[in-house]
Amino acid sequence: MKFGIVTFPGSNCDVDAIHAVTDALGQTAVSLWHRDVDTQGCDVLILPGGFSYGDALRAGAIARFSPIMQAVVAHAERGAPVIGICNGFQILCESHLLPGALMRNAGLQFICDWVHLRVDGTAPLYFSGYAAGQVLRIPVAHGEGRFTADDATLDALEQGGQVVFRYCDADGTVTAAANCNGAARNIAGITNAVGNVLGMMPHPERAVEALLGSTDGLPLFESLLARVGA
Amino acid sequence: MTTIPSVVHPRPGDPAITPALVAEHGITPFEYEKLLGLLGREPTFTELGIVSALWSEHCSYKHSRPVLKTLPTTAPYVLQGPGENAGVISVGDGLAVAFKIESHNHPSAVEPYQGAATGVGGILRDVFTMGARPIAMLNSLRFGSLDSPRVRWLVSGVVKGIGDYGNCMGVPTVAGDVMFDPAYEGNPLVNAMCVGLMREEELITAKAQGIGNPILAVGARTGRDGIHGASFASEDLSDENEAKRPRVQVGDPFTEKLLLEASLELINSGHIVAIQDMGAAGLTSSSAEMAERGDVGVVIDVTKVPVREAGMTPYEILLSESQERMLVVAKLGHEEAAKAILRKWDLQAEVIGEVIAEPVYRVVEGDRVVAEFPGSRLVTECPQYAPEARESEIIAGLRQRDPHLVDERAEESDPAWTLRELLSSPTIANKRWIYRQYDSQVRTSTVVGPGAADAAVVRLRGTNKALALKTDCNARYVYLDPRLGGRIAVAEAARNVACTGGRPMAITNCLNFGNPTKPEVFFQFREAVFGMGDACRALGTPVTGGNVSLYNENPQGAVFPTPTIGMVGLILDLAHITRSTFRADGDAIVLLGENTAELGASEYLARIHGLTIGAVPAVDLDHERRLVDALLEAIASGTVHSAHDCSEGGLAVALAESCISERTATFGAHVDIADPLVTSSRALLFGEAQGRVIVSTRDAPRVIAVATAHGVPARVIGHVTATQRLVIGTGAHTLDTALEPLVDAFFDAIPALMQRAATASA
Repeated sequence: MKFGIVTFPGSNCDVDAIHAVTDALGQTAVSLWHRDVDTQGCDVLILPGGFSYGDALRAGAIARFSPIMQAVVAHAERGAPVIGICNGFQILCESHLLPGALMRNAGLQFICDWVHLRVDGTAPLYFSGYAAGQVLRIPVAHGEGRFTADDATLDALEQGGQVVFRYCDADGTVTAAANCNGAARNIAGITNAVGNVLGMMPHPERAVEALLGSTDGLPLFESLLARVGA
Repeated sequence: MTTIPSVVHPRPGDPAITPALVAEHGITPFEYEKLLGLLGREPTFTELGIVSALWSEHCSYKHSRPVLKTLPTTAPYVLQGPGENAGVISVGDGLAVAFKIESHNHPSAVEPYQGAATGVGGILRDVFTMGARPIAMLNSLRFGSLDSPRVRWLVSGVVKGIGDYGNCMGVPTVAGDVMFDPAYEGNPLVNAMCVGLMREEELITAKAQGIGNPILAVGARTGRDGIHGASFASEDLSDENEAKRPRVQVGDPFTEKLLLEASLELINSGHIVAIQDMGAAGLTSSSAEMAERGDVGVVIDVTKVPVREAGMTPYEILLSESQERMLVVAKLGHEEAAKAILRKWDLQAEVIGEVIAEPVYRVVEGDRVVAEFPGSRLVTECPQYAPEARESEIIAGLRQRDPHLVDERAEESDPAWTLRELLSSPTIANKRWIYRQYDSQVRTSTVVGPGAADAAVVRLRGTNKALALKTDCNARYVYLDPRLGGRIAVAEAARNVACTGGRPMAITNCLNFGNPTKPEVFFQFREAVFGMGDACRALGTPVTGGNVSLYNENPQGAVFPTPTIGMVGLILDLAHITRSTFRADGDAIVLLGENTAELGASEYLARIHGLTIGAVPAVDLDHERRLVDALLEAIASGTVHSAHDCSEGGLAVALAESCISERTATFGAHVDIADPLVTSSRALLFGEAQGRVIVSTRDAPRVIAVATAHGVPARVIGHVTATQRLVIGTGAHTLDTALEPLVDAFFDAIPALMQRAATASA
């Protein structure tokens, strides 16, 4: 299976995503430059974390105009998988591939920490490797990760099963104390209505090796492999 | 360019060169005489500015160089010692590690956010200009008391500045040390260390060579910010410093990220021969230093330098410290290829000068020569000083006071109270409030991040090795006894690195002191460097570079002398990585080293009694070397579950930290340290005797046998328990406490103090 990882000026988790795909998953990864217009036949596209364009204006606001984004949108519209992690999630929202927006963290500080996530997503494309309601331990590292949308949008996301990850405590209980950035309804990750576009603030690519503290991100990629690779 | 006649005239509008103007540039009458002799004529205003920067303490090391030369700098694996942008050591497998620490104290004192951010930016450039990709950042911070609103403002700004810059660059901030003492009230210290990784053959230096090769300015345009930053960093702070805020540069980590990628691509392309950061004193020092290293002449045309605004004078262009700029010497004929790489990264590069055979440092403005110095050694032409050194009688008096005569406070009848007080001392307390704002995991190689072990551990991808990284300096020791304090700073860093399973390899140092023209300050400087040299020789850890920051004082006095050590250690096998927290119920707790009755210079005296007095703990460097060897052998044998150094707060704090430093850890400890030779319970619990490490192990006989073979005293003092209690018997007393109040004291202290800031400003 072939993954395309997009590098925007200021992306800095692109190499980590490539390592996750090649070293942990044993698949092929190609680096896509923001000025590219072709996705080289990749099965899955990843918009990685970082500070594209230095977060000028708003996180992700300028990256959405990069030439590669037309190809990303076309890829998404074909129903093929697109994952936005951290800054990539912000870019997907700015591009309207996903609803809502990501605002400054409630505490106004950048947060790098381990958090717990409850898997609420059930679609096999991304979640067949997880048990329903499974609790993951996974890193976050962001300053603008507070997911926000109007109530109607949030209700629609919930009804459509599009809220796929929520911040929770170690037992899987969704609490205010576990909500590291103050996100609406503890939302850490969502998909689009079709389910092929996934955006999440936590970093699954940082949780694929026991040496680094967790392998809880690995089933996400393995689910894709089982589905798309099949 | 080489045919321009060298007649230097003042530019129209230049101020006349008067004694007052010379003094304003920080040049002494003695130095001015030397300059006149060098030039054979009166300098122009532009030349005066150049010399002001190059002969500042920051660039010239004029008070420190003779002392620094006494430090050991070599080892078979040292590929690049002092004098370059960063030191470089080989770590085997064809890999090399570049690393350096640098201060940004003065800027951070007046503009904490930008001061700290640009400090991070500068040290990153020092490392990637060696051809290395930055893989880790550390920082060593010193502040006054958190009870002060201004200090809280400084802490917030510095931490945010470090975080915003490093996070955006995608370089993890993995470790550091933060201490608080009123001695830093007016002068915070902000030292940033960067560690980079490269293949040995990618090493490149900043030596201008190849007559006719073009010199390029690369990266950001030159503006009017940071002019005279180097000179600013070379004088005492005063009430007028608020007015010097414009001398602080403004950082742009996004441009720096592009510059990082472009520079590494440029170095790998083979189109260039040398590259250097335009850091302190900007274009002036970068071009003069590159010429000096290559023993060649250079000519720079300021009209070719891309600028942010029209009308900038040569003086301003030469002395600007605008950030995110590089000076590059390209191979003749490769200029366009080099520029193309920069364009890919949306960056600018322009040819601004040339390497010439004529031994001269020449600046032209179109067809007019505006500055010219003969020779290629302008920086080392600076006069060297050997200032008077004399110990302060006041400090000698403090050292001679006997801490055992200090009466215990009534609360101390419960030693658990004292322990809680120490764990909540901001110097000891958990720094999560700070490091949570730093991305410590990007690059997915951080095996042990902040707070989980005595040093950070970063794996070297593609090998089975890792680096152990640590900054350290107990400046209270250095203040009371600079020679011993210098030794201990190195020894403690080595112990920390060894506790994680790493062999101490080399150090970089950041020497933060007061005004060297004061005999008692120069005494501290000289003795601390001598002490550091003693320890480096004993431990086999050469100094590969660093930074000197003097004049860290204000009208209230100088900072504690703070020779910060940044140490790099090598872990040969990922299986050796060792953390500081207890891991298993029933493990034996082995003390390596010996307890003593020493109590002087301790955090206990400072925190509980507000005293900085007494003799600094003795340090036996031969023992420290054997302790490192014993630890590494024991760890390699696979029997060590945890290892933790005893430092501030002594054995009691070390034991408590091994129970609680991972907040969710579940193990307590039950130990007995009664000692017929040490009758003082508080010395046993809280004294800071050196050369001690506590190890938890399933196989105490093995650990003790290894230690004994190395001549290191070792004995079982107790065991790890599944109870949530810490019990320490000292014979006369028993400290017996649940862990929960210790956890609260340790983890809540700094957030509670910083929360006051938020409340106060709300």
